[in-house]
Amino acid sequence: MSGAGVEGDRERRVEAKYEKLKKEAAAGGYFLNPDEPFAKDLAESLLVNEERYGYAACPCRLSGGRRELDLDIICPCDYRDADVEEHGACYCALYVSGEVARGEREVEPVPERRPDALIEAVAKGELPVAAPQPAERAPSQGAAFGGSSAIPVWRCKVCGYLCARDNPPGVCPICKVTKDRFERFY
Amino acid sequence: MGATKVDGNDKGKVRIFTLSTCIWCKKTKEFLAQNNVAYEYVDMDKLDSEEKDAALAELKKWNEKCSMPTVVVNDSVCIVGFKEQEIREALSL
Ligand code: SF4
Repeated sequence: MSGAGVEGDRERRVEAKYEKLKKEAAAGGYFLNPDEPFAKDLAESLLVNEERYGYAACPCRLSGGRRELDLDIICPCDYRDADVEEHGACYCALYVSGEVARGEREVEPVPERRPDALIEAVAKGELPVAAPQPAERAPSQGAAFGGSSAIPVWRCKVCGYLCARDNPPGVCPICKVTKDRFERFY
Repeated sequence: MGATKVDGNDKGKVRIFTLSTCIWCKKTKEFLAQNNVAYEYVDMDKLDSEEKDAALAELKKWNEKCSMPTVVVNDSVCIVGFKEQEIREALSL
């Protein structure tokens, strides 16, 4: 294949990635950065990371190179919604608030929200000693939701979507992240 | 340490810790280039693991969070994130 052909192919893939991100964002009530070249650059970086690591690690954070070290920073990361809410943009500014999307607010640098323990883990190349998972907490509130039903409730760590079923869904119906981004809520 | 030098006018020792995929890092590099500032950058995601350990240890001295971009001027001023105004001030641009 000629160099130009490879370039053209890459451009098409970036375009397709951007369109997909935009469509999914709109479907979930999210907004991409209205600066289209900026958002497309990030779409390309996500493709680069997908190729490099096998998953879309956040383009603006140092990847640990392994899915289990990066689980919270696979795009969309666990911190997106809180940062969009507080700062008007996610850490990379791929996703922005309605205000920013409408041009009523400027994007400013967003401070890193990722906990130090997880940043350390990437530097060390090993997972931190696990904090107790919500699933291990006593299922105290369960009873309030209809008594003895033993059906677990799963929570999407990215968007907060809750569902009561034996296992989390393969893909979050709201924000489209994969099953491994869910935690047991009770 | 896998640093890449970019030619320009000498504004002191300007080093930036970056990621090749990060658009804020890209903007920082472009800003320095547009202002014709000589600098060197280290793309942390392009280093082998030994180089990365060394670069991270160095970065951590300046920025506990080890986030990119981090701009270090003359081994004394550290600017975390692409903050154009602060970079201008540090380099008297
Ligand atoms: S949501 Fe934003 S900050 Fe989070 S991984 Fe994606 S691009 Fe990076």
